[in-house]
Amino acid sequence: MVSSAFPSAAAEHGEHPPYLLHHFQSVEQQADAANFAMWLFLLSEVMFFSGLFAAFLIYRNWYIPAFVAGAKQLNVGLGALNSGLLILSSFSLGMGVWSAETRRKSCLVLCLILTFVLGLGFLGIKSIEYAEKIEKHHFPGLHYSLSSFIDPSSDQAVSAAGERPLPLDMARHTELYFSLYFAMTGMHALHMIVGMGILAYMILRAWGGAYTSGHVTFVKNFALYWNLVDIVWIYLFALLYLVSRH
Amino acid sequence: MSTSTLVPPSEPIAPKIPEDNYLSRGYGLRSWLLTRDHKRIGILYLISLSVFFLIGGTLAGMIRLELLTPQSDLMSTDTYNKVFTMHGVIMIFLFLVPSVPATLGNFFIPMMIGARDLALPRINLLSWYLYIVGGVLVIYTMVAGGVDTGWTFTTPLSTHYVNTNVLSTCLAIFITGFSSIFTGLNVLVTVHKMRAPGMTWFRLPLFVWSLYAASIQMVLATPVVAIAIVLLALERTIGIGVFDPTKGGDPLLFQHLFWFYSHPAVYIMILPGMGVISEVISTFSRKRVFGYKAVAFSSVAIAVFGFFVWAHHMMIMGISNYAVLVFSLLTMLVAVPSAIKIFNWTFTLHKGAITFEAPMLYAFGFIGLFTIGGMSGVFLGSAGTDVHLTETFFIVAHFHFVMVGGMLMAFLAGIHFWWPKMTGRMYPERIAQVASIVTFIGFNLTFFPQFILGILGMPRRYASYPPEFQILNVFSTAGATVLGAGYLLSALYLLWSLKYGQVAADNPWQATGLEWQCQSPPLTGNFTEMPIMDHEAYDYAWLEGQNRNRRKVGHR
Repeated sequence: MVSSAFPSAAAEHGEHPPYLLHHFQSVEQQADAANFAMWLFLLSEVMFFSGLFAAFLIYRNWYIPAFVAGAKQLNVGLGALNSGLLILSSFSLGMGVWSAETRRKSCLVLCLILTFVLGLGFLGIKSIEYAEKIEKHHFPGLHYSLSSFIDPSSDQAVSAAGERPLPLDMARHTELYFSLYFAMTGMHALHMIVGMGILAYMILRAWGGAYTSGHVTFVKNFALYWNLVDIVWIYLFALLYLVSRH
Repeated sequence: MSTSTLVPPSEPIAPKIPEDNYLSRGYGLRSWLLTRDHKRIGILYLISLSVFFLIGGTLAGMIRLELLTPQSDLMSTDTYNKVFTMHGVIMIFLFLVPSVPATLGNFFIPMMIGARDLALPRINLLSWYLYIVGGVLVIYTMVAGGVDTGWTFTTPLSTHYVNTNVLSTCLAIFITGFSSIFTGLNVLVTVHKMRAPGMTWFRLPLFVWSLYAASIQMVLATPVVAIAIVLLALERTIGIGVFDPTKGGDPLLFQHLFWFYSHPAVYIMILPGMGVISEVISTFSRKRVFGYKAVAFSSVAIAVFGFFVWAHHMMIMGISNYAVLVFSLLTMLVAVPSAIKIFNWTFTLHKGAITFEAPMLYAFGFIGLFTIGGMSGVFLGSAGTDVHLTETFFIVAHFHFVMVGGMLMAFLAGIHFWWPKMTGRMYPERIAQVASIVTFIGFNLTFFPQFILGILGMPRRYASYPPEFQILNVFSTAGATVLGAGYLLSALYLLWSLKYGQVAADNPWQATGLEWQCQSPPLTGNFTEMPIMDHEAYDYAWLEGQNRNRRKVGHR
């Protein structure tokens, strides 16, 4: 075995940036490893959501009329607005990565705060939507009510659209639609909340100048995560809100 | 020898444990609980795994004691249900899944590829803490009254019909799942990004290849069981109906999601064990592993095929005949890469200079028992015989042959093999050989009668059985006692050797891996100089050359 001295031995003489961890040989290797790890983690996140998507697609295929009726209860306007907010937040975070790379501290802090606010807006609108559903007893469980589906006259929105009542057997499956709606958007919202917790931490660190000294891995990796959450929402919006409307 | 008269051989210096090693860097509790050294985390895992193995093993002993007599007399049937459930949950999620990857993998992957640590040391420590939180939750579940659904949490039993601690167990499995994802992720990143110069993919030890394959499954399959468990919990608490037929849901969906993880999990458990066997067989027959590339790729093939066979757990559960046919065929296919490994190990032995140290005896045990376990899997994979054999003791015997006869033997082989490197001391060889033989005999006596019981039709998961099955059950319980004694013996002499064992040299087995080029026990950063890999894996000629050079220099 031929040997050569570890570069980090030389590094002990102060020739390496302070954020280089002892077991890596170069900054590139460190950033590369973190980036690869993040992609693998995202892959595992994709598998996590894929269980839900599989369930949704199977049941939608089985109970199309119930799922169509359920989808028509959703507020497309708010959903579209939310999609817009999330896409904007991805953009602002992308700008954040750029400002971290170009070492503009205040610009980075601003971008992160903007992302945080947009995320907060998303969750706010989501909670308005949830409140609407709960008010109409469309939250699955003991208090679930079928009246919007078997008796359209009881629900202004439905009767205005001129919907026909569903047979009782099929109407009961709308609960499955709303179960999956709440499970999928709920899991997504949970990912948003976790992301915003990390964002808050990042804003504090960025304020102290942590990411504008050349070490941008954390910001970049977080942006990857945030974009995945964003993409999952795009799919949710298409599947839950749009596919069944026409 | 005549040369010795010319050049006086240097006095064989008794090896001494080097004063600076990973164990001597800090002795306090803090230095362990906040460590980021992959070796210390490996040891933390080893200690905690052993505790859970002891609990799970005790539960197994209770099961065997209950089955000594046809009546349910030692415990009530409800208690029996809880005991076998906790046995399964602990052994699978807290012992088998993390066993080799989190202990030996953690400790040796960086050393084998010439790195100073795993790529993500903090994530590594986090994964241990998650494991501990999961484990504490499981213990809480046991104290709070246990859970009795079986480790498979079959719906609608687990959602509608039991009133035991399903939720805390679910949470525990969810959390240990993330610990497992992080371990797998760390291995993948480390193997991709941290290899020393010259350490090409086909110079990696086969242990690394098999852990790599298992890690792919950890990262991709575990999240699916996580979401299945989340849905199960929502079903149980709110009643969302996804698995509830009265609301249009389908309990089979839970089975699909659950087995989509839990079948790959079988390979998560066995693949690392196969890696250990490759190392041990090569070292103690002093030959390069026959068909290195075939063995390496068969690991990856098992990982890939492993994703497409899950429904063979559901052949009697009402999936379509067409699906049964397809999954039966795919199940047969996964036997091929496993067989490639067995044949290649056997060919490695052919004309090798075989010695019979304890790790090698365990490896022989593995080859025999895993072959029986695997072949009985073919019975279960055939759609016809499966209908008769599934849900009987045949299946219990089958997966214990693979998991205990295979994986646990491999784990013990690995622990013995690397014990000198981990602790700096040798285990007592003769007693270890005896223990390995006791374990082998005890194992066969325990589980072979269960094959017969299964064929005769004794169902699994019942506390009582018709009296004509008693004689075989008595054999099985007697065997379990012998098996337990074997494990206890290993535990005792291994602990003894920590203090009194003979001090180990750096490379007591004359093995070729880079880890054996380090001192025993290794330094915190593993290597003092960056290693450069300039030879193939398992190159014993290279090792001879190294030794000759050292003798020329005149010391060590």
